Amino acid sequence: MSDALTTVAVAMFAGAVRVSTPFLFVSLGECLTEKSGRINLGLEGTLVFGAMSAYAISYLSGSPWVGVLAAGLAGSMFGALHGAICRLPKVSDIAIGIAMMLFGTGFAFFLGKGFIQPTAPRLQAIDLGFLVSDPQMKVALQINPLFFIGLALAVVMWWGFANTRIGLVVRMTGDSATTARAMGVSVDLVRFFATTAGGFLAGVGGAFLSLFYPGSWNEGLSSGQGLMAVALVIFSRWNPIACVGAALLFGAAGALGPALQSVGISQGYHFFNAAPHILTLAIMIATSSSKRSLKGAPGELSITK
Amino acid sequence: MSEFLLSRRTLLKSAAAGVVAAPFAGPLERAAAAGLTIGIIYVGPRDDFGWNQAHAVAAVELKKVPGVTVVEEENVPETIAVQKTMESMIKLDGAKLIFATSFGYFDPHMIEMAKKYPDVEFRHAIGLWQKDKHPMNAGSYYAYLHQAHYVDGIAAGLSTKTNKLGFIAAKPISSVLQNINSFTMGVKKVNPAATVQVIFTGDWALPVREAEAANALADAGCDVVTCHVDSPKVVVETAEKRGIMCCGHNASQASLAPKGFITGAEYKWATIYKNFAELLTKGQKLPNFERGGYDKDYVQNTAFGAAASEAARKAATAAIADLKANKPYVAGELKDNKGAVVVPAGKVVDNYDVFLETTNYLVEGVVGSIN
Amino acid sequence: MTAESATPVRGRTSDPEAARIRLLTAIEAVIVPVGAVALAAALFSVFLLTLGKSPATFFELLWRGGFGTAFSWQNTLIRTAPLIFTALCVAIPARLGLMVIGGEGALVIGGFAAAVVALPVMGVLPAWIVTPLMFVAAALAGAVWIGFVGWLRHVRAVNETIASLLMFYIAVAILNFFVEGPLRSPADPNKPSTTPLDPGLMVGSIPGMDVHWGLVVGVVVAILAHLLMSRTTFGFAARVTGGNVRAARAQGLPVGRLMVAACALAGATAGVAGYFEVAAVLGKANASLIAGYGFTGILVSFLARHNPLAIPPVAVLFGGLAAAGGLIQRRMGLPDASVQVLQGLIFLIILVSETIYGRVPFLTAEKRR
Repeated sequence: MSDALTTVAVAMFAGAVRVSTPFLFVSLGECLTEKSGRINLGLEGTLVFGAMSAYAISYLSGSPWVGVLAAGLAGSMFGALHGAICRLPKVSDIAIGIAMMLFGTGFAFFLGKGFIQPTAPRLQAIDLGFLVSDPQMKVALQINPLFFIGLALAVVMWWGFANTRIGLVVRMTGDSATTARAMGVSVDLVRFFATTAGGFLAGVGGAFLSLFYPGSWNEGLSSGQGLMAVALVIFSRWNPIACVGAALLFGAAGALGPALQSVGISQGYHFFNAAPHILTLAIMIATSSSKRSLKGAPGELSITK
Repeated sequence: MSEFLLSRRTLLKSAAAGVVAAPFAGPLERAAAAGLTIGIIYVGPRDDFGWNQAHAVAAVELKKVPGVTVVEEENVPETIAVQKTMESMIKLDGAKLIFATSFGYFDPHMIEMAKKYPDVEFRHAIGLWQKDKHPMNAGSYYAYLHQAHYVDGIAAGLSTKTNKLGFIAAKPISSVLQNINSFTMGVKKVNPAATVQVIFTGDWALPVREAEAANALADAGCDVVTCHVDSPKVVVETAEKRGIMCCGHNASQASLAPKGFITGAEYKWATIYKNFAELLTKGQKLPNFERGGYDKDYVQNTAFGAAASEAARKAATAAIADLKANKPYVAGELKDNKGAVVVPAGKVVDNYDVFLETTNYLVEGVVGSIN
Repeated sequence: MTAESATPVRGRTSDPEAARIRLLTAIEAVIVPVGAVALAAALFSVFLLTLGKSPATFFELLWRGGFGTAFSWQNTLIRTAPLIFTALCVAIPARLGLMVIGGEGALVIGGFAAAVVALPVMGVLPAWIVTPLMFVAAALAGAVWIGFVGWLRHVRAVNETIASLLMFYIAVAILNFFVEGPLRSPADPNKPSTTPLDPGLMVGSIPGMDVHWGLVVGVVVAILAHLLMSRTTFGFAARVTGGNVRAARAQGLPVGRLMVAACALAGATAGVAGYFEVAAVLGKANASLIAGYGFTGILVSFLARHNPLAIPPVAVLFGGLAAAGGLIQRRMGLPDASVQVLQGLIFLIILVSETIYGRVPFLTAEKRR
């Protein structure tokens, strides 16, 4: 039994590292957007389009990193569109997000038909296996550079929100548009850039899906990762460092179902497979309260008002 | 039925007419009168490296038959939508024969349409049709892929070093369970000490979970994995990345795993479709139920990959020869993995016994449960 | 579309000036969405042209496949029924300012509940008892499902958009667990399903059409929802809450209870959609219940500007798009996703057009005069 426990524990650790990266990028992007006072639910579409364009460009150019860049740029175009539309009066950012989600996935499926078959060059992992002796851990420590970039980005964002002028401006815009305007900040412009940058990150998250793990492009590639990432931001309390933890937790929960079955526990696997969603809901219920507004919540955000 | 029985001459004539008419018939006006129009419906994308692709590849063969027009629609869900797609093909495209290629298309959708359009023939790509229950203008065609999985199992059983093998499956339905069981029987035949660990992902196309499952199996010590999901690409590539061996499913994935590929179970729907087309051009009626395996060239194994040892190749090739001769491979005493006897000692199950098509258990040697 | 949703002018006045403004607002409420759809169509045409495909063929096929023949109409209408229900599931809470996007989950649970409640009593009790029982079970299950989301919003301030989405995944897990496990019927070895319903429990077609009664019920429910929202205290309170939560609270309105009630009502409509999928189409509960009607319903509701009376015609439009999709795919060799791209474009531009209301140059000039 203890063997089985170790296997499941290691599998969940490895799963956390493997599966978390797209969640991490999308949630960091969404965190930035939401800090500026907007919510972009369309990142699911951005993620899928990013995955498609990364695979397509990697195949056409022969370089996976060019693919990653293309995914980021495509993502920032979706973000820019969202940012530009939402500055119009009476337009709901949530609704635009849902529309962008539909449009992004549809467009990606449309353009991506021709790239399901070809094999594109994939991203390589950094092998940190020499650090440990356990063979299972050796494999778990073959980690994609994007994971480390994501970690570094989280730290930079966390530090930046607190200590830089740009961070301050973004936070101020998100907390009170009136104050920001009084300080001479162009609220629309800040939100435009925050959404564009957020889209870039979501696109890169998609590139990870198609170019590393699971590492192929097809229409079933994303099973709602982009949407879940939006939920992650809320229970990370808009803290980039907490986003890392949330993404890892979500990745580990996703590995639970297959890991349990691999050691012979298969009763009720449907529920283990839904573990990430059940867990997210449970955490949201446990940590929300109607008595006080959420700590760290940007005051301008439509979903927390 | 009379409209359906077309003589060869009419077909050729109308084919000629079709050629003449073609440049003038835009996409709006399909020359429905010319020859025979066949509708093919897929549940997923046509190029998914798996189930749907296997059919789409075979459909190309149909298109080569003179006088035959093929209309195809992909990503059709198993709801009222598929009934309407069939009706649309019949009414707007003039289809006289419909191939429905997904499990869930059969009941109630295809049955309803077959009752409503008695002049149109309907065929469904899994053995669900029953003479006493279903309309006579409907039917099934079914290839015994499990025979090829059995061969996979023999090759895999002789290749494994850890004696632990993994099977990633979508849903615990009869045809999937049959493949898991046949694979396991192949393994156990050559390597009684080995076990097959099964993981159900819960749906036909979930790439991230399929990759997780392949990793989980590798972590649990399995050194061979195979699968029954719509698109085996992810499983095969993940196995290769983990440095373990794999067997394919549905179509050839040999090129995706140059180091670890052993062999794979492949459909040859083209044989069935070609036969059907031939019957049609001869003006004969299609059989209501067409089934078969290696003996009729409806399935095959992918050419051996680098991971298949000499012993594995030999044993697998011998097993293929037996199957081609239609020798039964399921025999008692066979127990399920809870200990109950499913085939009593001394009984031999014929390859065409429908008992095999109603599998609702996992055989001894499989680790895992159906729900 | 009526002017009801957009007009700020209310009351029955004989003042010709007020009547004129009402008329102008009504014109605006028609012109803007029609213009938006036209713009989306134009943009999509450009997209098609860049791919070397003919927009004329595309729209002609769209017309023919969706509305051009009697068969096309039935094809469209049969897809319309579930969309009306799932759109109402978005529209009712939207009036309170709640954005519920998990109607698909309520549909799945509703359909599942309908099938399950029939299992023990099928063949024991007469159909005229079992059928209403199934209907009520579906509505109740949906009501509890989305009502729970509203309740979470009320007592724990959990965001309803995300909670309802998460609940969708849980609904799928519940359905699959029971359908593949304890409630699996041996009759269907290759498609895990509950035991098929007795034929007597199946909902028939509207006479003379190949469309089940769900369409009629859908239209009736939409009208009822309209009356509820425009003619009752509940509807008034809901609109006040949707306009300004703080003001509603200050007026002493039970905002929390309103939210729970609106969500429960919304869930009930989606649950009924599940009932019709089971009792009019599938004849059993299985994974085919998850067909995306709930998600398309979101679009329908937005395009109808959350106005229950506008939902049936918009649902017809989207039903037609879906119905024509197959024909377009077969005749033009376009991927099935092309209809999704068009839908996305329409949705996006409709939303952008929100900003135009009250700013259409010649209309506003008229008003000011």
